[in-house]
Amino acid sequence: MKAALVTGAGAAAVLAYPLLVRGPYPQHLMILVLLNALLGTAWNILGGFAGQISLGQAIFFGAGAYTSTLLAQHAALSPWLGMLAGAGVAAVLALAVGYPFFRLSGHYFAIATIALGEIAAIVVTNWDFAGGAVGLFLPVEGTGLAAMKFEGKLGYHYLLCGLLALAVALSVWLRGARAGYYWRAIREDEPAARSAGVPATRYKQLAFAVASALTAMAGTFYAQYVLFIDPPSVLPLSLSIQICLVTVLGGAGTIVGPLLGAAVLVPLSAATSVLLGGSGRSLDLVVYGALIMLIAAFEPSGLIGFARRLRARVQ
Amino acid sequence: MAQALVSGLLQGLVFALIAAGLTLIFGVMEIVNFAHGEFLMLSMYLSYFFQAALGWDPLAALPLNAALLFALGLLVYYALIRRVLRAPMLAQIFATFGLSVFLQSAAQFLWKPDFRTLGATLVSGRRLALGGVFVSGPQLAAAAGAVLTTLALWWMLARTEIGRALLATAEDRGAAALMGIDPDRMFALAWGIGAACVGVAGALLSTFYYVFPQVGSQFALIAFVAVALGGFGSVVGAFVGGIAIGVVESLAGVFVAPAVKNLFVFGIYLAVVLVRPRGLFGKQ
Repeated sequence: MKAALVTGAGAAAVLAYPLLVRGPYPQHLMILVLLNALLGTAWNILGGFAGQISLGQAIFFGAGAYTSTLLAQHAALSPWLGMLAGAGVAAVLALAVGYPFFRLSGHYFAIATIALGEIAAIVVTNWDFAGGAVGLFLPVEGTGLAAMKFEGKLGYHYLLCGLLALAVALSVWLRGARAGYYWRAIREDEPAARSAGVPATRYKQLAFAVASALTAMAGTFYAQYVLFIDPPSVLPLSLSIQICLVTVLGGAGTIVGPLLGAAVLVPLSAATSVLLGGSGRSLDLVVYGALIMLIAAFEPSGLIGFARRLRARVQ
Repeated sequence: MAQALVSGLLQGLVFALIAAGLTLIFGVMEIVNFAHGEFLMLSMYLSYFFQAALGWDPLAALPLNAALLFALGLLVYYALIRRVLRAPMLAQIFATFGLSVFLQSAAQFLWKPDFRTLGATLVSGRRLALGGVFVSGPQLAAAAGAVLTTLALWWMLARTEIGRALLATAEDRGAAALMGIDPDRMFALAWGIGAACVGVAGALLSTFYYVFPQVGSQFALIAFVAVALGGFGSVVGAFVGGIAIGVVESLAGVFVAPAVKNLFVFGIYLAVVLVRPRGLFGKQ
């Protein structure tokens, strides 16, 4: 009952936000929060639920952004279909890559995904059809729901709310379904899960495919929002790490964690860069790095652990 | 061809030394140091400032770099790593990743993003010709220094009391503790030695590389791959992995295109781990 109340109040606040706060910059910040929450929620299915730490999810963000953009340029395909195509490409890619990669465990898997991410960035940078290092501008022929391009931020805000709601609902459903139990067993002890009859590779692939398809949808959204994509903006290692960081900061393996992480991390990094970043000497990043260290050292289960302790003290 | 092979080999020996420090830390306590490249960067700045402010040659001041980085390794262990020893792998990744962001941006704040070069050193301007293959003095010195340091590390691990204690801790923490080896001291020592390895590598590289805040990132990425290629925790594996990557990178740069040389590095790495999931020399 209380949880439903909090969820409802949170959702209402997010939906009302752009109607109450009219400035373009605060609205843009909220869109960044929601985008990070979406990416974190997607990563959480793979990293939080199934315990497979991918540091290469930017590949799939890029796959979504490039697939929909190239289809729009060369086949005049609607971005809605482009988004689905991007999700499909990402899911197929994840299944194909996952099959050999899931033979690797722990750090080997993480480093292999970093290597794959670097390969993807190098390939796209040297691939003229995909714009190479120059990048791609999105064709703009009018705005509106069908074109998935909007005047102002309102349309983007609600589109993103819809995508996030989809990702959260999918997470809640999967966590309670057979897959959720299998993932938990794999995360805690894979050999034990296998000997109990869990088809571990297949379920790890499922987590990878779902997470990557959602990440690709976020990538298509990003392309429609910014209208320009190039390898440094949609395929960098730093994006892969940030996706993971949002989740870990909030609390990996929980539904609220990625949302909480995005709600804290995005305003925090925006505030430090506004307050301290003007010098061009990256004092903001000094603070950011120090905070990441502090949280990892003192709250390894994420902000959610802190919130839980706080609540226990109040009660 | 011979030229590319030789310069790749020389470069690979330096990669090997950086990777050896990384793999030692991992082998002893199963933590990947994502700030390894930033340790390298700091050591290169040390060489720069020793020369600019005090007129010391980077090769002469090399032991001081190693000692200071050893101290930094200890500091990082006691101040940060000890707190995440029992934390989930994700928290460990982010502790060292946060450290990497912190050190890199602190360097940029203090010393600006400028590319700096050292003045003339003991080895600059010299060149060696071996049957048509040219080797520059700084590169040769770096490779020789890296080999000597890696050999010294290997000798210490294999032949000294303290090295065996380190290996024993890596093998089985609990059993080592029962034999009277304090794991906490061994972990601290691994961080000290691992950082000292990049301290040496930084001094060696400073004679012919630009010094700037992000210089460590590319080396760190190569070192991760070298370590995973050789097998996490294996010093021999890191050595072989580092050399292999240096040679592949150099050949691909000459025969294909410099822009895509890392494609081959990462591609070969993936091909190897997919066949041998724990690297060439890891425990399978």
